[in-house]
Amino acid sequence: MSETAERAPEVAALPPTPGLGEGPWGMVKRAAALLAQQREATVFVVAVVLVIYFWRTAPAFLTKDNIVNISQITAPVAIIAIGEVFLLVCGEIDLSVGFIFAFSPFLMHYLIDYYGVPAVLAVLLSLLMGVAAGFANGFITVALRVPSFIATLGTGFILYGLMLTTSNAYPANIPGKAQGIGHWIGTYAWAEITWAIVLVVIFQIALSRTRWGLHTVAVGGNILGAAEAGVSVAKIKYSAFMLTGFMGALVGLQEAFRTNSIDPSSGGYQPMFYAIAGAVIGGTALAGGSGTIIGAFLGAFVLSALTDGFNLIGISANPLPIIFGAAILVAMIANVQLARLRRAGRTT
Amino acid sequence: MTAQPPDGPAAETTGAATAADDAILRVEHITKRFGAVTALVDINLHVNRGEVLGLLGDNGAGKSTLLKILCGFQPPDAGRILLDGEEVHLKSVDHARSLGIDVVYQDLALIDELTVYHNMFLKREKVRWPLLNNRAMRKIARERLDAIGIGLKSVDVPVARLSGGQRQAIAVARAVYSDAKVLLLDEPLAAMGAKEAALILDLIRDLKRRGDISIIIVAHNYGQAIEICDRINLLQHGEITFNKLSKDTSVQELNDIVIEEYRRALLERQRTA
Repeated sequence: MSETAERAPEVAALPPTPGLGEGPWGMVKRAAALLAQQREATVFVVAVVLVIYFWRTAPAFLTKDNIVNISQITAPVAIIAIGEVFLLVCGEIDLSVGFIFAFSPFLMHYLIDYYGVPAVLAVLLSLLMGVAAGFANGFITVALRVPSFIATLGTGFILYGLMLTTSNAYPANIPGKAQGIGHWIGTYAWAEITWAIVLVVIFQIALSRTRWGLHTVAVGGNILGAAEAGVSVAKIKYSAFMLTGFMGALVGLQEAFRTNSIDPSSGGYQPMFYAIAGAVIGGTALAGGSGTIIGAFLGAFVLSALTDGFNLIGISANPLPIIFGAAILVAMIANVQLARLRRAGRTT
Repeated sequence: MTAQPPDGPAAETTGAATAADDAILRVEHITKRFGAVTALVDINLHVNRGEVLGLLGDNGAGKSTLLKILCGFQPPDAGRILLDGEEVHLKSVDHARSLGIDVVYQDLALIDELTVYHNMFLKREKVRWPLLNNRAMRKIARERLDAIGIGLKSVDVPVARLSGGQRQAIAVARAVYSDAKVLLLDEPLAAMGAKEAALILDLIRDLKRRGDISIIIVAHNYGQAIEICDRINLLQHGEITFNKLSKDTSVQELNDIVIEEYRRALLERQRTA
């Protein structure tokens, strides 16, 4: 009895630990909270640091040719990321987009060379195929209630199989009639990055300044609450899948025109995973409810700068995935912890 | 219903504590079953223009079921609902809302990630096509919250940073400004500290003073309900067993009724065992 009574004051004396706003930790936390308010800030700083580092170690990094090169790695990832950000924000994901990417130039080729469809119309129909594939993903997810991770895994395989079966897994040439329009889509050196920047700006505004964007965030943040308020959850999810499908088809055409060949081995999982990695590094939460397209663009740029810079410095590309993986984890851990900090900062 | 308490369901139909003409919402003979379980038995209740009605009852008494029927979430098996004297068939929550019956669920209504003013205008945004007119929404949100006495430093913060009471107040404010005639509040004071509860109670008092909105509050704290409501209905095992003006009843009386009910149920069980 007396022992516990003696110990009691010691226990009571423990609580005066430094609070949230005191000490050096408090300052770090406050700085982190400040940074967290601008989701793009972190990835922007990383991008600038990388550019300076590579430029100092390999001056060729900032030559025109190399900038074109980086832009051409960045653009497809950034464009796909636009769709994925919309999906991630409303709580879904699309694993099939890389196979929409692979199929769309083949479809254009079939339409022009086998069915005599005019080039412009063939391009539009190929883009429409992407939208339709997105609609199918939406239908399976929303109406049939299959989680999008599995739904798009399935549709991805189907699209891949369709492309392999119809092409016999042989590459094809760009149809001569499509060369004209192809310049604007992807052949010109700056075509892809121009598309990427224009689309990023448009869809960043759509996400943060229109009803569509607001409702997308609402659905991802609190699906019941959003439905309660009268937001059409189904429409929002369909639109995000269809947008992603469109972007996948567009990038497929761009890459085909840029490389001047329709290749069955292009697309696939890699661009999709890079796009999601870019989105995550840029500050989009996988849990839904928040995201930034400019951040995803910067994330895509960081990945591209790393790829290109390592190559330029002469370091083997083999350890690159280690750095990518670490970057994704660091970004994700930061996201989760900063979100916790924000919640802790609730004012009563 | 064998031993009818003096102020039992009969009071509703004979209009002992009511003025029949003044009812904005009237519920007649509502019944709801889930399989073999009868959740609601021949429910009759009404709420008058500008009145605050407290709907009390234990867990499982049927409060939530009744609320879901009133807000259009699910249809009753039998009975009818009259809004402003005319029979309505509520097809969905959206439909009920369009008619002026709005429900505020505890902690379900708001989107944490969105700002206060975006939450207030969700699905009723001000738009300067194709963009949101954030400036206008911010200004109106500010005015509305000030008008009903919710002091917030900024309407530009995500609601995740607000307290439970502030969130509830914003959800109520949103419903009030959606031209709701009848407001259904589901446990507006549950899980709230004294300071927060005071905020909501003040808000409800304010609305009562304005007099253009009728409120049904589902609650289980008798004291708070008697304090804020004009009239109390008690729901027990799916039936309305009590209907009195707040000034004519007390926490003691309500407690006695509920305890009496427990005793009766216990005896019944012992007899059948």
